[in-house]
Amino acid sequence: MLSRVAEQMYWFGRYLERAENTARLVNVNANLLLDLPRMIKVIWGGLIDITGTNKEFYNKYEHANEQNVIRFMLAEEKNPGSICSAISMVRENARITREIMPSEAWEQINELNLYVKQNVTAALKRDGRHEFLDDVIHYCHQITGLLHGYMSHGDAYNFIRIGRNLERADMTTRIADIGCMFLINPRADIPDAYENILWMNVLRSLSAYQMYRQYVQDRVNGEDVLDFLMRDEEFPRAIAHCLGELKLCIKKLPNNDHALRIINRVQRIINKMDAATIIDSELHEFIDKLQINLASVHTQVSNSWFDYSELVHEQE
Amino acid sequence: MNFKNYKIHGLYDELLTPRLQARSSAGRLLKYLKSLSNEEINKRKQAADLAIKTMGITFTVYSEGENIDREWPYDIIPRIIPSREWRRIEKGLQQRMLAINHFIDDIYNEQKIIKDKIIPRELLKSSKNYRKECRGMKPVFGAWAHICGSDLIRDKDGTMYVLEDNLRVPSGVSYMLENRKVTKRVFPELFEDYNIVPLSDYPTNLFDTLSSISPRPLDYPEVVVLTPGIFNSAYFEHSFLAQQMGAELVEGSDLVVADDDCVYMKTIEGLSRVDVIYRRIDDLFLDPEVFNKDSALGVPGLMRAWKKGNVALANAPGAGVADDKVVYTYVPDMIKYYLDQDPIIPNVPSYSCDNEKELKHVLANIGNLVVKPANESGGYGMLVGPHSTKKEQKDMAALVKANPRNYIAQPVISLSTVPTLCDNAIEPRHVDLRPFTLQSDNTYVTAGGLTRVALVKGSLVVNSSQGGGSKDTWVISPDKD
Repeated sequence: MLSRVAEQMYWFGRYLERAENTARLVNVNANLLLDLPRMIKVIWGGLIDITGTNKEFYNKYEHANEQNVIRFMLAEEKNPGSICSAISMVRENARITREIMPSEAWEQINELNLYVKQNVTAALKRDGRHEFLDDVIHYCHQITGLLHGYMSHGDAYNFIRIGRNLERADMTTRIADIGCMFLINPRADIPDAYENILWMNVLRSLSAYQMYRQYVQDRVNGEDVLDFLMRDEEFPRAIAHCLGELKLCIKKLPNNDHALRIINRVQRIINKMDAATIIDSELHEFIDKLQINLASVHTQVSNSWFDYSELVHEQE
Repeated sequence: MNFKNYKIHGLYDELLTPRLQARSSAGRLLKYLKSLSNEEINKRKQAADLAIKTMGITFTVYSEGENIDREWPYDIIPRIIPSREWRRIEKGLQQRMLAINHFIDDIYNEQKIIKDKIIPRELLKSSKNYRKECRGMKPVFGAWAHICGSDLIRDKDGTMYVLEDNLRVPSGVSYMLENRKVTKRVFPELFEDYNIVPLSDYPTNLFDTLSSISPRPLDYPEVVVLTPGIFNSAYFEHSFLAQQMGAELVEGSDLVVADDDCVYMKTIEGLSRVDVIYRRIDDLFLDPEVFNKDSALGVPGLMRAWKKGNVALANAPGAGVADDKVVYTYVPDMIKYYLDQDPIIPNVPSYSCDNEKELKHVLANIGNLVVKPANESGGYGMLVGPHSTKKEQKDMAALVKANPRNYIAQPVISLSTVPTLCDNAIEPRHVDLRPFTLQSDNTYVTAGGLTRVALVKGSLVVNSSQGGGSKDTWVISPDKD
């Protein structure tokens, strides 16, 4: 398989996941708005922090208010994580590799792209938002399902899965990071009672609330949430699960020893984590370390399969 | 549907005689079309449109700075060529391809045809597609042009002429194949009645042709299709052919020429040697080290690898030297010179203005001729006599007199017609035909080719970017019984 095509499949997987994550993130934050007491301003700027797009955002807007943030997350072309640009990247990557993509999936991708372009303006207002975001999430699931059912689970499919799981793990660390920002800098205007709501919000951002309740019977608390999101091997958005998936995919690829070594290292970091101790003092540092390590998984995937600066001559 | 109002206007129609009788082999098709109601035929047309949409048959047009994928324009009524006639055309195309390859090989080596004064030396100097970098090269089987798309047109008297030989990166073959698939969906019953020669072996023959020129004698050499990328108007075809041949579709950035002067493609397993490149990029963009330095489409060092014989390129660089309007006028001479045969398919009669006698004729009859500059393409600087003003004719005559070597002139050919579905009626529309010829150790010609049709009434412009459409082309064998 050509390295360029592998890379396009990888980014296809990442952008499809990113579009879905963005949709869910905005949706949950909008719901939180309804839960919190009226005197508290919902922290829309948090979404910008989570997605790590501060620079792009403040280049364009002065205030992180609802209107600006929503426009930036949904429609902004200069934001690579906005739903519009992520979906058009999904389409571009699929278009170039059309000969290996099932035609049913290609049709769905076209439909999604068209849907987003036609409806995003209406979604900038509060009343049209929920429906739009829900539809985007459903489309993304449909495409993922079509690929699972129609596409051979070979190299190309593997690269889509690698992209998806890396993007997913990355998003989970970002959301956990936001949760911990409130723990470290408790805001005077948020009463303690709402800490619970914030953690529930963290879980809901990852569609993890229901699964978490089955896993932990206790009331929602930071320590357990963190443990669940990092270490649960069964929940699809937990870091441990994503790493397991990545490992399965990477094992099927040639020249995989460097990449496997890095995955093993990240797994060890997760295994050693003690939620109870780090949650009080070093959570942010811990998440930083995790993100740096996930970034090095990306770099290694790219070095091993997308880029050849050294010539390796194949023997006949 | 009926043909009572069908007007042939003294032209040649491919399916009907001037008295509106069916031509040989077209009887059953016409009878069948007449048996369909307007409603039924519209239903078939809609089915065809839907098939084209779901099969994703598109071509790319540039409009207002954007690339738009448009659905491929297709007319449901096929064009028919009896196999008896086709056999002659096929032989003619093989003959022509052979002579042209002899010519290219000669031009880059001994230049006997120039020494024997059949072709003037000045011709090479004025050729935009002559590549001095190719001097002394000897591709296997003497084949420089492996894939050729020839444009054939038919005059009112029924004579078929070659208008052009496209030897650089001819396109259209994927549409020929897709048109057949669509027609099978639309008129399955006709395929039961007729012996229509199948086309689907083209990708296999193309792969065999490409494999046969591999520098390494492998059973399955690594063959790749080199595309300029998604923004090229023929990207659909590049992707289609790669898929049909099971070859990788690569862009210039996927390939690298290593220190051993071999070409490799970058795969997830590492670098992997490439033997044959079916390149759909023009000569000048192939290798920034040799040609256009700013080209990001090509592969640095590719010409070096080709000259060392480590990779085969189809068509070979420099093959376009024979794809030139003045060189074209000498193809009948090449056939005599290299093969000692008479041309089977004639050229459109052409007057070279550097011949004094012919120049006189051109100047006296300029109002009835098409005058073309030798080194322009795309219709630039051309005069169509019957459609021009006296002033334009006078200006052109002055240009020709000042530089006669730079002009050729041809009579106006009217192009034959085929019945075409236009807004609920069947009307004649002008067509040409582009068959595809392959050459390595064998020569192969597609059964029929791509029929392009000018959908605008009276128009002779068949290009899809300018309102042209296409038709399936049936070469019909007589019944065995």
